[in-house]
Amino acid sequence: MNSLWLSHFTAASCLGHGLEPTHDALRQQRGGLAPCAFETVTDLATYVGEVSGLDESPLPASLAEYECRNNRLAYLGLRQDGFNAAVGAAAARFGRRRVGVLLGTSTSGILQTEQAYRRRDPVTGALPDDFHYRTTQNTYSVADFVRSAFNLEGPAVVVSTACSSSAKVFAAAARMIAAGLIDAAIVGGVDSLCLTTLYGFNSLELLSSEPCRPYDADRNGLSIGEAAAFILLERPADSLDADAVLLLGAGESSDAHHMSSPHPEGLGAHIAMAAALKAAALQPADIDYINLHGTATPSNDAAEGRAVAALFGDTVPCSSTKGATGHTLGAAGGMEAVISALALQRGFLPGGINTRCVAPDIPIHYLTANRQASPSRVLSNSFGFGGTNCSLILGRAA
Amino acid sequence: MSEVVKLTAYLDGIGLIGPGLDDWPAARPILAGTVPYETRPLTVPAPQALPPAERRRTGLAIKVALAVGQEACAHGQLDARQLAAVFSSSGADNDNCDALCKVLASEDRHISPTRFHNSVHNAPAGYWGIASGAMTPATVLCAHDGSFGAGLLEAMAQVAVEGDGTLLITYDMPYPEPMHAKRPLPAAFGIALALMPTQSARSLARIEVSLADAEPDKLAEPELEALRRAIPCARGLPLLQAVARGTSEQVILDYLVPLRLAVAVAPCR
Repeated sequence: MNSLWLSHFTAASCLGHGLEPTHDALRQQRGGLAPCAFETVTDLATYVGEVSGLDESPLPASLAEYECRNNRLAYLGLRQDGFNAAVGAAAARFGRRRVGVLLGTSTSGILQTEQAYRRRDPVTGALPDDFHYRTTQNTYSVADFVRSAFNLEGPAVVVSTACSSSAKVFAAAARMIAAGLIDAAIVGGVDSLCLTTLYGFNSLELLSSEPCRPYDADRNGLSIGEAAAFILLERPADSLDADAVLLLGAGESSDAHHMSSPHPEGLGAHIAMAAALKAAALQPADIDYINLHGTATPSNDAAEGRAVAALFGDTVPCSSTKGATGHTLGAAGGMEAVISALALQRGFLPGGINTRCVAPDIPIHYLTANRQASPSRVLSNSFGFGGTNCSLILGRAA
Repeated sequence: MSEVVKLTAYLDGIGLIGPGLDDWPAARPILAGTVPYETRPLTVPAPQALPPAERRRTGLAIKVALAVGQEACAHGQLDARQLAAVFSSSGADNDNCDALCKVLASEDRHISPTRFHNSVHNAPAGYWGIASGAMTPATVLCAHDGSFGAGLLEAMAQVAVEGDGTLLITYDMPYPEPMHAKRPLPAAFGIALALMPTQSARSLARIEVSLADAEPDKLAEPELEALRRAIPCARGLPLLQAVARGTSEQVILDYLVPLRLAVAVAPCR
């Protein structure tokens, strides 16, 4: 595929609001997970990666119909690191119809619905009048919100493939740009804490009772996080700074195996990584760091580790940053693309935190400490329920 | 860029389910206007391609998605394992969503693992993979009422850019109350299109999609038009009507305000 330029990007997670606090936390190997005290949840012994300040940050009146935690998180993200201005400039340069909005989410504004169900009319069972389905719960809500916030008129869509959602948007946007439908795209993802995922992962016995420990021999489940990650993707400028970050390739596949367990041999993951390498016209040896999906569930890390070992052996440094951010689900692909971009621009490999004893049965080169390095190309994995896989390859311009 | 971008594909197979539209062979003369439309509750076959344990877990949206996907593949004599897939829906398993919200609003928030994994928007794509064995890329989209248009645009881009045969599967189902009052979808519906990069002996029509401004086409039959307006994926019906008529024509499909999709349909046989 033709490379695309991540001309601007930003992220908000439990590590902080924007690139600088995110980078600082990674450099200091400081995680953002804390014991779960989210909303009315008092009965789950788990840790979550909650974004601070959302409860006190209502949307502006002009966007009030979109009011929900997920869109508040999106709005927070859009106002960081000059992203707002960058989109405005892109819309002015290319035209409002030539800037697409392709975002990933898994649960959208479902928290709004969960809360509305508690306020059903005791007699009729009706939902309250102030519940707005289209602009909150509907899976498209966050893309509609961003398109409206920027007054854009181009193609827009939400990709909702569980935890690969905001990786797959890069591939979809690249197709739209290659097809000539748009010149630039806002990609990324927004997913926010809600009861469905907390109690849902609990029902599958996949929640860790401690901050999650990816690729640990004694890993015992994931920690749920939330995040907004936004990237402005466009064709490379004629002259790029050496530290400009490019999307070099994307690979997608399906497990065709099980709804909530990965293919045990990591076959789908292997296909996605190989497809990304092919799209980027690269060999495994060209990859300097892999940001693993690494959820810290026993089955994910075993399957992904097998696939990584089969393709890359045990020489390429790898880590999962979910020990720091938690698993931000539909935002994970975008969040980890931003972390990968930081690694490329600022010259370091983030060690995975919380992992005490790397699983001896997974023969990959797992980093638990940060490493000063000058990576040129990194691969980022995102896999999800329903057996959906996406791998991205990002690289420096020079 | 002033030149209008047109994405081209060959339509090799169609799957369709809706109230009074049992499948594509039954719907074709109705859409062509040679057989009158009669509304009646739709019947959706159980997905026999799934193992029994998985089949028991499937709700209506998954059944509709699998049924139209399988019909389109069979119609085009295509192997699903060779096709990329684009799923698009305004919701997903809406009964499941309501059931989860009710439990989460109750004193006992323990939900079932199956309910949880069926709650993801991509549940139909997951079951499709299990049923078909396809390990090819599958994406799952939502654009509220523009979900058919969004799905068609992505599928056409896959065909044009990746050069892959791509199966578009769009589907919707009603919410039960109390959600129904907030999002009144009257019936389940599904449309699948097998879109190929090159013409084959089985190609039904060549289609060419571009972004446009015009008002979306309406259907002359009032009850079909009511379905088109009320169900997001049924907004693809004007395209199927053009194929059913077997004439060369351009239809305008709903997408996102102010964008629509202009679809030029030229029969191949």
